[in-house]
Amino acid sequence: MTLNEYLILSTILFSIGLIGVVRRKNLLMLFFSTEIMLNAVNIGLAAISKFHGDLTGQMFAFFIVAIAASEVAVGLGLLVLLFKRKNTINLDAIQNMKG
Amino acid sequence: MFEVVAFYLFAFLTIGMFCTTVFTNNALYALCSLAAGMIFISAFFFLLDADFLGVVQIVVYTGAVMALYAFGMMFFDTIAEVKEKINNPRLAFFLTGMVALVIVVIFAAPMIGANAQAGIYPVGVAAEYGVVPGNVQDVGIILFTKYLVPFEVAAVMLLVAMIGGIILAGKKMDVSYSELQEHEIDAYEAELKKAELEKLAKDKK
Repeated sequence: MTLNEYLILSTILFSIGLIGVVRRKNLLMLFFSTEIMLNAVNIGLAAISKFHGDLTGQMFAFFIVAIAASEVAVGLGLLVLLFKRKNTINLDAIQNMKG
Repeated sequence: MFEVVAFYLFAFLTIGMFCTTVFTNNALYALCSLAAGMIFISAFFFLLDADFLGVVQIVVYTGAVMALYAFGMMFFDTIAEVKEKINNPRLAFFLTGMVALVIVVIFAAPMIGANAQAGIYPVGVAAEYGVVPGNVQDVGIILFTKYLVPFEVAAVMLLVAMIGGIILAGKKMDVSYSELQEHEIDAYEAELKKAELEKLAKDKK
């Protein structure tokens, strides 16, 4: 296996996440897509760490996991708050400015 | 040989699972396939000799994050089909597809022909410290020397995120319905309704 194959896989997964972010209008689905993108980046970092014989990539992957966990905690809190207020988690429902 | 088979097997499984997550209209399917995809991704970390990262992936994502999402989904009526109003489905599909393709090309282009550079933190750093060699030992030594301050900042950030999550989600949850009797709940809800009506009347003034 070469580095290229891992990086191409990482890019494909990132693109799937990106399609999700652009296409979905449900905020929970947007969160799922964000998780996919973060994981795709982690694969790329781990692969570079292996093929360059350097552990810095793995360190960055750890911190990305920590960021993802806190993002989920705060994001879900905000989502619950939004759902209580508007009774929907559709992106269109939080369009306040008409422009 | 084994590595190639494992790589392609898990690559197709992961891509399939994440495509299900992105394209399905059922939130429960999306959640389950996302959890499966996370577990399959940990296989890549084991293939890449990043054992500790693989274990962290399983524990954090399928243990914590998925449980949190499942908990969050209980607040929303997501069993029903997710209705999404898309005005021009063909245009949206075309644009997202083109953007994804461009991103693939942009990211894949510089990879070909890039030179490998010597690492500052080479794999096997644990041997220099007289410890049993292994990925977990390497990670531990680097995490608690060079990356000690970011590690502690990350810990504080997780604490802040936890407090923030509790405060955001726990607003107006000071009364627990499960501890109340049936008539007490009715009385409490009537009180809430009255307060709301009063507030509405006040707003009208």
